[in-house]
Amino acid sequence: MNTKEHATLAEDFNKDEERVNWHDGSLWWIRQKRDKIANQTPQWEELREAASAIKSNVLSNLHDYLLQFESNLQKNGIKVHWAEDAAEHNEIVYSILKEKNITQMVKSKSMLTEQCHLNEYLEERGIDVINSDLGEYIQQLDKEPPSHIVLPCIHKRKEEIGELFHEYLGTEKGLSDPTLLTRAARKHLRNVFLTRRAALTGVNFGVAETGEYIVCTNEGNADMGAHLSEVQIASMGIEKLIPQKKHLGVFLRLLARSATGQPITIYSSHFRKPRPKQEMHLILVDAGRSRQLGLVDFRDSLKCIKCGGCMNTCPVYRKGGGLSYHNTITGPIGAILAPNLDMKEHADLPFASTLCGSCSNVCPVKINIHEQLYKWRQEIVKQGYATNKKSLGIKIMSWTLSSPGTYKTTGKVGRFVLKHLPFVLNNKINPWYKQRDMPQAPKESFDEWYAKNKDKS
Amino acid sequence: MTVGLFIPCYVNQFYPHAAIATLQLLQKTGVDVVYPPKQTCCGQPMANSGFEYLTEDCNDLFIENFSAFDYVVAPSASCVLHIKDHLHSQKNNEQATLLRAKIYELVEFLTDILKVEKLEACFPHKVGIHHSCHGLRGLHLSQMSELVAPEFSKPQYLLNMVQGLELITLDRQDECCGFGGTFCVTEEAVSVKMGKDRVNDHIKNGAEYITSSDLSCLMHLEGILHRNKSAVKIIHIAEILNSTL
Repeated sequence: MNTKEHATLAEDFNKDEERVNWHDGSLWWIRQKRDKIANQTPQWEELREAASAIKSNVLSNLHDYLLQFESNLQKNGIKVHWAEDAAEHNEIVYSILKEKNITQMVKSKSMLTEQCHLNEYLEERGIDVINSDLGEYIQQLDKEPPSHIVLPCIHKRKEEIGELFHEYLGTEKGLSDPTLLTRAARKHLRNVFLTRRAALTGVNFGVAETGEYIVCTNEGNADMGAHLSEVQIASMGIEKLIPQKKHLGVFLRLLARSATGQPITIYSSHFRKPRPKQEMHLILVDAGRSRQLGLVDFRDSLKCIKCGGCMNTCPVYRKGGGLSYHNTITGPIGAILAPNLDMKEHADLPFASTLCGSCSNVCPVKINIHEQLYKWRQEIVKQGYATNKKSLGIKIMSWTLSSPGTYKTTGKVGRFVLKHLPFVLNNKINPWYKQRDMPQAPKESFDEWYAKNKDKS
Repeated sequence: MTVGLFIPCYVNQFYPHAAIATLQLLQKTGVDVVYPPKQTCCGQPMANSGFEYLTEDCNDLFIENFSAFDYVVAPSASCVLHIKDHLHSQKNNEQATLLRAKIYELVEFLTDILKVEKLEACFPHKVGIHHSCHGLRGLHLSQMSELVAPEFSKPQYLLNMVQGLELITLDRQDECCGFGGTFCVTEEAVSVKMGKDRVNDHIKNGAEYITSSDLSCLMHLEGILHRNKSAVKIIHIAEILNSTL
């Protein structure tokens, strides 16, 4: 689908260095807020461990918890639907709306529906969808996907948002004051909330024990949509379960602290049963999750609670921009989820990392993200999705480095390493040299020095 | 105690002074050091590119060269971590397992095995530490800024023993420099931007030298410093610890 790979898209992003600096700085500031609040939270590391363990339990017993959840949802009067993939999910949403002759819907943040391309699907069928999360609303106006799962338009300057609002909402030209822009959006969205008969939300946590689900937002937009709707739909990935309500505290303490450095999201809304005359639907979506669950090396990626902490800490993300991942879920977590969905399309993403490991350290559910990136690389090469050029160079390198004779001889004539180490693999247009000087080859290698001096010491 | 000295391929070719300093430093502490001449590489460049399955011969050669020693020491955290995590062999897995446990990066070998308490070194300069990610998050040479855990730093502990040396404080104490193996060419733009930002942090805070236990990071930072005609220099930590007036 995409024509450009991460490296090219990130290079494009870097053409405006001032923007990169500001993007990097904003996200680093959030990482620092996260560090500060993590250090103020008693037993932070134990909390992460507990959350990870609870999620291990969920993944190992997913079948049973899902059935328990379904049964309790039904007891509460919520209609349950199962969707194997994006297409089935979208059809279910459409059929619910069609039955009620609803042509307009308001939606709070849901990465799952972004992944399913629900908005486009419904628009093609004459249904108007408005994203009510401010960042997502801005991205929708600009016809661009979110660049960050928690901060969807973090790559945009306030002046650019002012331009968009001028064009679509009729605000004064040149207006870039965040408060005034937010006020304009709120006014517009208020009318949307009041007039929409259907509201769709994502789900942060589903509680198997009680058949309720929890939606966390800072703007209260999920609540505004849901409380004013006659049809309320929730789209939920099957991995978003927790066993019991008592486990929720562990996750709520971690989620917002990891995401933005707040103690908790402004709203943690529990939805349990429909109001009189209201209909509630919950769609449980697989879309590749049960396949990922079967991959021993990668199943822990399903523990993700979508805090975005790995994006904020990732230097490649901060300096390359979220849209360079050409995937709904961006950043390090996106790079380990995407190859399961379409390995060919996303073969570049596990390589868009230095494997520095910072992501795994901030992850509130302790996913070994950087180790999974390494493992995906091995899979991608085995399945034949590495480019030929890379493949040939690596094979020559492997042969030479496993044959000391060849290595030492070539080492003398012009420094073999100079020719074949990764930073000079492509000799014709050497990307190393574009903005960096080559290391200067000394008069003699350590081998040569050692041969002359070993008996002196 | 006999130590097998592992000098990674690019250090051998480009940074012989770091290798010599490592050898001399170990000899000063009184250990017998042997440099097996047939060594080549740890196999990391292949493995990190997704070609771990091609590293079997490289691994067997490594085992052949280094099995005989009490310890193996290398002046490169990255290569050491690769051996620790990925050295396997179908022919000789028992030796592979033993080697994974007895290979040490130079700094941790000095602090944890030799338990060095003083050094006769002098380096009267302002120095910034670049924590390589493999040294930091892989080998835990220092505490990682993401974790809520007590502070410690093995390289800092050693550098504090060096007369005249002044350590500078960075704005971002342990951000990745963007080298990342093949990443440095396949993701050139981001790699360079990351490197530039690291270099600027050191310059802004007054470093004359940037030191590290990984020359791969330093080679990348040096490339950027040179290109921008900066007076700031890179130096491997072994060279500082081995330096005299």
